[in-house]
Amino acid sequence: MSENPQANFVIVDTGCANLASVKFAVERLGFTITISDDTHVIKNADKVILPGVGSARHAMENIRAKGLVATLQQLTQPVLGFCLGMQLMARSSAEGVGKDEVVECLGLIPTDIRPLEAKTLRLPHMGWNTLTQVSDHAIFTGIKVDDYFYFVHSFAAPISEYTVARCHYGSEFSAAIAKDNFIGCQFHPERSSALGSKIIKNFLEM
Amino acid sequence: MLAKRIIPCLDVRDGKVVKGVQFRNHEIIGDIVPLAQKYAQAGADELVFYDITASSDDRVVDKSWVSRIAQVIDIPFCVAGGIKTEEDAKQILMMGADKISINSPALRDPSLISRLADIFGQQCIVVGVDSFFNQDANNGAGEYQVYQFTGDETRTQKTKWRTLDWIQEVQRLGAGEIVLNCMNQDGVRQGYDIKQLSQVRKLCNVPLIASGGAGKISHFVDVFQQADVDGALAASVFHKAIIAMDELKQTLKNEKVEIRLC
Repeated sequence: MSENPQANFVIVDTGCANLASVKFAVERLGFTITISDDTHVIKNADKVILPGVGSARHAMENIRAKGLVATLQQLTQPVLGFCLGMQLMARSSAEGVGKDEVVECLGLIPTDIRPLEAKTLRLPHMGWNTLTQVSDHAIFTGIKVDDYFYFVHSFAAPISEYTVARCHYGSEFSAAIAKDNFIGCQFHPERSSALGSKIIKNFLEM
Repeated sequence: MLAKRIIPCLDVRDGKVVKGVQFRNHEIIGDIVPLAQKYAQAGADELVFYDITASSDDRVVDKSWVSRIAQVIDIPFCVAGGIKTEEDAKQILMMGADKISINSPALRDPSLISRLADIFGQQCIVVGVDSFFNQDANNGAGEYQVYQFTGDETRTQKTKWRTLDWIQEVQRLGAGEIVLNCMNQDGVRQGYDIKQLSQVRKLCNVPLIASGGAGKISHFVDVFQQADVDGALAASVFHKAIIAMDELKQTLKNEKVEIRLC
């Protein structure tokens, strides 16, 4: 069970579909967590998880409709984004809109989500792939290069000063990005077996 | 490197895992949740649950087992069967499934693929294709043809689609992955249909999963090396413990197939 049963963990209800699997992954570790789109609940959480699947356009529409943009931008506690949740932390995304257009995202980490340059490889990048570089960020304690994680995406954050882990699929891209209290993983920790659980545990115990 | 995926498939009927031979004579294998857990722990890369009665019965079946699976396993899983609308898909994904697979409903209304991909993202929309090699077709030269309602043999029927045409059409509409079930091979454990899968591979730019025919470890080696599929799906060899997951994965690794060892 959790060493700190008083800790208050919240999953932001982005209106996307994988909320349950993220909640179950946290609960398997012995923690409790609340799914909420209430600004008060989110602001008062000790840790916040921002999940997401689907297109950036739909997700940002949901977040705007729920009036959560300012709340998420003002969070000072640790926030972990998964997959699309990571991409929403960027300034913008090219997903779900026409050519030469972008979706404005939350702007928590100054990078822009672009189509994954898979070269001749098939898209979506779907399945278990290895990390090619891992920084010493606290969520990666016990994680090393060549560990496998589950990826499902066609868009990615390019390598930048905010990259804290890398993956290679046709070209190198950010497997994780971080700035200040915000960190996002392109892969799905909740679906990456024991090592994915390790990352969630690292985050909740940070 | 991206690993090739080993995907145990659990055919579900009335909340139990069943397996038939060439889609017939279904026998009960066991309860879903403990089987799902067993495969996840053994090192499966993904699981697929086919509710084989759903499409052909034209009814909404009890899907509460989806949520029970999501609670216990920490690898991705896909649910197929009876998903006919955006609302059906939303319900399954909300219960914790990572992907949904559609087959007969996509044949009835191909635009469903596009609508689902637009709402939930291309990455979670799998299209299952049941393909049968009809020797008499095409003036006796034979042809791969798409079938539907394969969950119930009394209603199984040929569609107007040639397999290679349908493969291209579903990609155009937004399928994120294709599972090709080669019906001639299904359940008889004589090997994957390398010839058909290789032809489909040439036209398939999204992940392609081979289904039907796995009987021994060398069949997996062959399908990855010769047909370049992204994943291989199998049922009875795992349910009947004919193949052990760890031995399978180690053999693939030794054969230089990129694989995640557990």
